[in-house]
Amino acid sequence: MTFWLVLTVNSITFGGLLFLLSAGFSLIFGLMRIPNLTHGSLFMLGAYIGASFVIGVFGVRLNFWLAAVLATLAVALLGALAERLLLRRLPGEQLAQVLVTLGLSFMAADFCLMVWGGDPLSVETPAALTGFARLGILVFPNYRLAIIVIAIIVAMGLWLLLERTRLGAMIRAGVDDPDMARVVGIRVSQLFTIVFALGAGLAAFAGIIGGPILSVYPGLDQDMLPLALVVVILGGSGSLLGSFVGSIIVGFIYNFGQALLPELAYFVLFLPMLLVLILRPQGLFGRYVP
Amino acid sequence: MSGRILALFLAFVVLVTLPHWMNGIYYVNVASQILFYAVFALGLNVLAGYGGLVSLGHAGLFGVTAYATGYMLQLGFGHPAAILIALLVGLASMAIYAALSLRSTGIGFIMITLALGEILWGLAYRWISLTGGDNGLSVKTRPEPFGFSLSDANTFYYATLVVFLLSLAAMTIFVRSPLGAALMGTRDQPRRMNALGYHVWAIRFYACLFSGLLTSVSAILFVYYTQFISPQTLALTSSAEVLLMVISGGAGTLLGPIVGAALVVVVKTVVSGFIERWNFLLGAIFVAIVILMPEGLVPGSVRLWRLAWRKRTRGTTVVTGGAGAKP
Amino acid sequence: MSRKLTRRQVMAGTAAGVAAAAFKFPTPAIAQAKPFKLGLLTIKTGPLAQGGIQMEQGIVTFLKEKNYTFAGRKVEFISADCGGTPAGTKTKAQELIERDNVDTIVGPLAAFELLAITDYIRDHKTPCLSLAAAEDMTQRRPNPYFLRASATSSQAMHPMADFAAKELKLKRMITISEDFAFGYEQMGGFQQTFEDNGGKILKKLWPPIVTPDYTPYLAQISDCDGVCQGFAGSNPLRFLKQYAAAGLKFPVVTGETGGDDALLRSFGDDALGLYSCCPYTLDLNSASNKRFVAAMNKDYGVDPGFYCAGLYVNGMVIEAGLQKTGGKSDDKAALMAAMKSVSLADTPRGPIKFDHLGNVIGDFYVRHLEKANGKLINKTVKTYHNVSQFWTYDEKKFLQQPVYSRDYPPLKS
Repeated sequence: MTFWLVLTVNSITFGGLLFLLSAGFSLIFGLMRIPNLTHGSLFMLGAYIGASFVIGVFGVRLNFWLAAVLATLAVALLGALAERLLLRRLPGEQLAQVLVTLGLSFMAADFCLMVWGGDPLSVETPAALTGFARLGILVFPNYRLAIIVIAIIVAMGLWLLLERTRLGAMIRAGVDDPDMARVVGIRVSQLFTIVFALGAGLAAFAGIIGGPILSVYPGLDQDMLPLALVVVILGGSGSLLGSFVGSIIVGFIYNFGQALLPELAYFVLFLPMLLVLILRPQGLFGRYVP
Repeated sequence: MSGRILALFLAFVVLVTLPHWMNGIYYVNVASQILFYAVFALGLNVLAGYGGLVSLGHAGLFGVTAYATGYMLQLGFGHPAAILIALLVGLASMAIYAALSLRSTGIGFIMITLALGEILWGLAYRWISLTGGDNGLSVKTRPEPFGFSLSDANTFYYATLVVFLLSLAAMTIFVRSPLGAALMGTRDQPRRMNALGYHVWAIRFYACLFSGLLTSVSAILFVYYTQFISPQTLALTSSAEVLLMVISGGAGTLLGPIVGAALVVVVKTVVSGFIERWNFLLGAIFVAIVILMPEGLVPGSVRLWRLAWRKRTRGTTVVTGGAGAKP
Repeated sequence: MSRKLTRRQVMAGTAAGVAAAAFKFPTPAIAQAKPFKLGLLTIKTGPLAQGGIQMEQGIVTFLKEKNYTFAGRKVEFISADCGGTPAGTKTKAQELIERDNVDTIVGPLAAFELLAITDYIRDHKTPCLSLAAAEDMTQRRPNPYFLRASATSSQAMHPMADFAAKELKLKRMITISEDFAFGYEQMGGFQQTFEDNGGKILKKLWPPIVTPDYTPYLAQISDCDGVCQGFAGSNPLRFLKQYAAAGLKFPVVTGETGGDDALLRSFGDDALGLYSCCPYTLDLNSASNKRFVAAMNKDYGVDPGFYCAGLYVNGMVIEAGLQKTGGKSDDKAALMAAMKSVSLADTPRGPIKFDHLGNVIGDFYVRHLEKANGKLINKTVKTYHNVSQFWTYDEKKFLQQPVYSRDYPPLKS
């Protein structure tokens, strides 16, 4: 009985982490139609930068949350720079976008090796969230429960941004029809920079929030990028609800699939992804057919 | 135009005489690697460059043929039989791969091919009785066609060169053929092609088969060169690498993938001996290519060359043709 | 400005050339011996870089200590980055052997890399000393040019199982390790010895190599009295964190990679209590180990682990082999035989010698992860002497059974 409960709760909490990971990718792809293959590297950079401040690698030790905010802002800035200097020159040129995002990810991965070396970094769980919660017969770590709360807060924040602010309205207009949006007077290219920075920042935030669970190590980018892609496919891109539901679904598939079908552990995520793509290419909640 | 033909002829002479002027067996081997990776890149270019279909799972197909060769050899088949069976297996896999992937285009195609590539990678790890798992399969001997032993580096180079030239010829014929033109049509204007009565799906499918043929050929060369195959060869990073070769060299051009293959192989094998952070350098080169020549090294160089040429002869020549037009 | 070769220039050049050929500089009476070329196949980019970087640190530390001189000969050291792919390893091996003409190779790091080049190094008769744990390299498909001074995958697990059964008195354990050959071979070895000593393995869990969240597997760990893990690289850190976070309290035992001393600087308190069995231990009280650790602290500011020590010891074996051949390395077979016959009493991993298949027979240390002065340490609690790759089993019988795999030994019902 505990087995099923643990898996169920973990599916939801891991889904929360996946939401944080994929929300950025979904946003960037939904608005700018750019498959941001640097996404895994942004996650890893955020994790490394955040971990450095938590551990004190550069001599400065900060509170976990402060470190998370700093990492998010730093990587958001990097994202904005990358967009303005590089991606802006390549509207609609998918191949060049793939080349530049992969090139950047090579550079980021090697940069992390240069700065932080090959050893993994352990991120301490923030003091307030250590320990376990008892839910009936189930004992579950507090921090993982906190992640789903954080994911919900971020999701609500993004929803408010998209649905209730002028900026959000402009973004939604840009998603639905960029050309018309320009005609109406929306500065779509400025919007692009903001959205890319937001997506990059979200990835970095996910990286450091995931730190206490995943630790930080070289190769983290390659491990997490396919997961983000699976979520975006299953949930559909450009749709916040889709991202959230997709993340939870992937969380369930990951946990129950690996536990119940160990022989298929390698395929447990990619087979459903393949099925969805073949049967419904726009994903479960996607707005348009890619 | 004659300048181009002269340049190509010179390149041909250089390639044919390479073992004589190249400084040591090691570099001849590097040249062999460039050539068969170039064939792999040419195969992917059929889809990514001329077809507008970016495949992120091509290393999976590459691996299937390589494993088929290794497995057949282990079962005791001779080289000719193993090669033939491997080619058939490769084509059959490509047919299935294409049937599944062509359900979608654009980003959907990219994602389906990525998923297929990952599934093939997982199979390579788990189907231990067939693939040996991560211990891989060794290929003990290289073939000896017509009495020439391919175990000798120079002979292997020449065999690879012959295959490379045949593949390049095949590509040229394909691109200049009606099927090639139709494929480019489906890349640029799929709906219009459909309206005109072309069977878009079938055109793409046949293009996939051609791509599969080139990929299988390069995989067979690879497995005879390395004499080993293991799941790492099917990883996402391998698929990304060959895609980068195509794009950085110039997708949708004949020579682009060859230059791209040379770039990646040289940085990985030769430059990595001098520069420890060669991975960073490779990434930086890709970013630089995007900034300076986003259409790729070959078309970009042609464009810059013509620009420089025009600047030199400004006022005395009439400029014809657009700069950067694809060959 | 075109540069044409004038007749005058050609005549002058020819004259200079003839003069240079005619008047040779006198060579010293003592001929300069060719340097001994040592090649390292390692990984410095990508996810496996952690072990690769440590390998280089280990061998360079030894070379510095010996002032780059083995048996009176200068040593030229060439390091090659294989990139973590078998094709890359083959290419770099070719570079070292065909272009640079190295006399001996140390490395590569991973089993699949070694398997990719084993035929090649045998055909080119180049001695190779590697840490790669692929068992059959010194068992069912031995390579006469291969020497392993560290351990096979199961060599450290046999004593660990013995310790778990006899000292920790564990009876019902669950094993969990990555789903690849190194994992299978480790757990197979553990299972065989554990069950021979009256224990029982209840379940064998195999998470794929890329598993960010081990919870689906941790949820299956219950109703046992101990866990055996075999993770490598940076995975032990993640596993132990998530294990503790899941509230699991069963004692955990592991092999050479799961509790590596080099990971002590990354581990948190959730690793406390881990038992590991390793051919190297930081607190070994040998003169060479003290020198080695001091040099590592000074040059790199870190404590060495299994990968560093393994390469340092490889260096010692090569040097000792060269002493035996009088510094000569042209006859590779003789050099190989000399290295194989090396028996050292004082190394950072204790006394070592080799069996007839080229694998080491040496001491293995069981350590307990504790805290001392606020720092995490692995404290040696038991030493097993003269452990061979076959443990206490008869060699012939051992080689007749299939290689340890995912399903061998099978689970007892």
